[in-house]
Amino acid sequence: MDRTLAFISIGAVTLILSGYAMPQWAVFLTTVSLCYGTVVLGMILLVRTGLVSFGHGLYFCLGAYAAGTLKPFFGLSELVFMLIAAILVTTITSFALGFLLRKYRDIFFAMLSLAFSMILYGLLSKSTELGSTDGFNVTAETAFGIALSELEYGRYLIFVITVGTSWLCCTLLHLYLLSNKGKLAEAIRDNELRVEYLGASVNNIIHINYVISAVLAGLGGALMSISIGHIDPEMSYWTTSGEFVFITIMSGSSSVIAPFLGAAVFTSIRSFAYEYSPDTWQLLLGVTMLVIIVFLPEGLWSLFSKIKKKGSP
Amino acid sequence: MKRLVNTFVLITMILIFCPKCLSEEPPLRIGFVSFLSGPASSDYGIPARNAAMAIVSSLNAGAAPNPHNMRGFSGRQIELVFIDEAGGTTKQVTEFNQLVLRHKVDFVIGYLSSANCLAIAPAAERLKVLTILMDCGSAQVFEENNYKYVFRTRSHATMDAIAGAKYLLKIFPEIENFSGINPNYAYGQESWRDWNAVMKVLAPKVESQSSHMTKLGTGHFNSEISSLLTKKSQLIHSSLWGGDLKAFLIQAKARGLFKSTRLLLVAGEPNLQKLSGFIPDGTIVGARGMSSGMLDNQSDLNMWLKSIFKKETGETASYPVYSVANAILGLKKAYEKARLSKLQKAVPMADVAGVQEGMKEAYSPPNTQQIIESFENLSYETPNGKVSMIQGNGHQAVHGTSYGVTRTLEGKVNIENILFFPAKEVQPPGNTKSLDWIRNRLPTRNP
Repeated sequence: MDRTLAFISIGAVTLILSGYAMPQWAVFLTTVSLCYGTVVLGMILLVRTGLVSFGHGLYFCLGAYAAGTLKPFFGLSELVFMLIAAILVTTITSFALGFLLRKYRDIFFAMLSLAFSMILYGLLSKSTELGSTDGFNVTAETAFGIALSELEYGRYLIFVITVGTSWLCCTLLHLYLLSNKGKLAEAIRDNELRVEYLGASVNNIIHINYVISAVLAGLGGALMSISIGHIDPEMSYWTTSGEFVFITIMSGSSSVIAPFLGAAVFTSIRSFAYEYSPDTWQLLLGVTMLVIIVFLPEGLWSLFSKIKKKGSP
Repeated sequence: MKRLVNTFVLITMILIFCPKCLSEEPPLRIGFVSFLSGPASSDYGIPARNAAMAIVSSLNAGAAPNPHNMRGFSGRQIELVFIDEAGGTTKQVTEFNQLVLRHKVDFVIGYLSSANCLAIAPAAERLKVLTILMDCGSAQVFEENNYKYVFRTRSHATMDAIAGAKYLLKIFPEIENFSGINPNYAYGQESWRDWNAVMKVLAPKVESQSSHMTKLGTGHFNSEISSLLTKKSQLIHSSLWGGDLKAFLIQAKARGLFKSTRLLLVAGEPNLQKLSGFIPDGTIVGARGMSSGMLDNQSDLNMWLKSIFKKETGETASYPVYSVANAILGLKKAYEKARLSKLQKAVPMADVAGVQEGMKEAYSPPNTQQIIESFENLSYETPNGKVSMIQGNGHQAVHGTSYGVTRTLEGKVNIENILFFPAKEVQPPGNTKSLDWIRNRLPTRNP
């Protein structure tokens, strides 16, 4: 059994069990962190491939809107359908956009993805039927047919589903990264030409990785919309995508657990900064970023790998 | 044993004859959310925070005039917890949860942005915490939902358009055409939509020439001004505010746009004094509700608010200050009413133990449920005049509004020809959607 897989599973079970005893505010913060973590999970797959997307808000927002519009358009408010809708919409969109984006690298890839997310922002801001910039409320009334209306039980169930989904994404991505295709990601980052000479198609792999990361972002968005209960075009704005890049840099790309750690640190710092210095919370986040870049250039996860190296020389 | 009985009797006596002795209650905590960073902070969020601090410290000292002269909320001190409203709805809902669940605030007051209001309302219902939306123009909040824990102590934006059009037609009945420049987000879009709907009903012959939707927070309006200059409309309708409004006025004035065109600003009042020198004379300005410069309101409450705000910040009280006063004084009134009605309902029991319990219950602070009951359909005095919570099943405030025209004298912007519009002329009655009301049943005073 893989150590990382064991760790992820133990972590998920611990979260589900302790969620029962945790205060509600902590459960809520954890849910939000898990949603961010799922999105960043996709980002680190791209980073491993040597690509940084400044527009993952596009899929985050698409996933959320796919989940949210089920009710007004089709009268469906089942959580499972919401997640499936998010997966479908993000898969189709990213597959189509992938044909264009896979040809670009570096800053061109980053800017092009940013452009697409801002197009979605523009479209949503103009559509008064969907509430324009105000957005609209989203409620998942049932999950697997169970009514969520009861306060604590319902919130706890949403928490459990979020943990479960993150666990599944995390596990699948880890297995993918261990497979031959997954290992090619880092090879592409290091030297594309050699990968082509080895007989693999760089474009195809980038395309696949792009779709996977988009679906993860969509799932994160759908889960976020369910736990927050409201969506608006801001989810597609570049500042949201910037947050994902922020967490990605903070966590580092060496492990699939890192994004969740990074997201948890990010949401907690932000929440406590909001509380203790409501005037300067952005400054605090900026300082954290600087400290991490200067002292932990490989991200928060390097803390653990360093300890591991020291322990077993 | 005898000692125990003695103590018991003593406690009962104290409870009966000295209820004040019990009032060593912990202070009430109010979460206060307003923009402390970003474009809406300087004109709205920060004055709102300063106003909240000034009002609460004055209330805690019992220095407010009648009928709000009781210390704190019926003797209980108030504590504020401040949170920044910037950062989007995801963060706001997260922080709202933190405020309620971790900070254990008793009430939440705040929110300027309509998106935040729409996102916060269901969260407030879920957490069962009394939340007062102090601003946010969107009519959607109560027109499309039925909330129990959410109140809004300001009217929504529909009245801006209706009162504005009525005022315009009164002072400028020969108008033939108009254009619009509005920020491209929900509030701006709604404002322009309502304005057109109202004008179509009140003055169907007036032509709507062109509409410009500008990006929120853009700093330059050159192409829009060029287009407006060629159109030569008689009037420009605008719901720009804050930095956008200032930038537009500076650039438009430099290019002489206002030589032949009159300007109507539905949200002009909040930072009027900061526009001195740029705002052309004769500009029609409105502010939701009767605000500082608009109506020369000499009531004790208004004088009190103006003086404590001036003392705290050295500035003149503006629109957001009045929003905060509406919210805090409304909550105070509801709280005190709930407490009073509990006392009135209390029935002293015959036996000693019953008296103790009965008095304890009667003197204990009201719970959220009881405060909500007394808040619904409440009418109370504010520095703005009377506010009645009669829309949205008793959760949405109704009050009048006023419009006027500006004239700058010695660097100070004055407002003249002020007209007051009572609520029933400019606000749809309960449970009617604004747009339907405008299209079908808008009462016309002077046809």
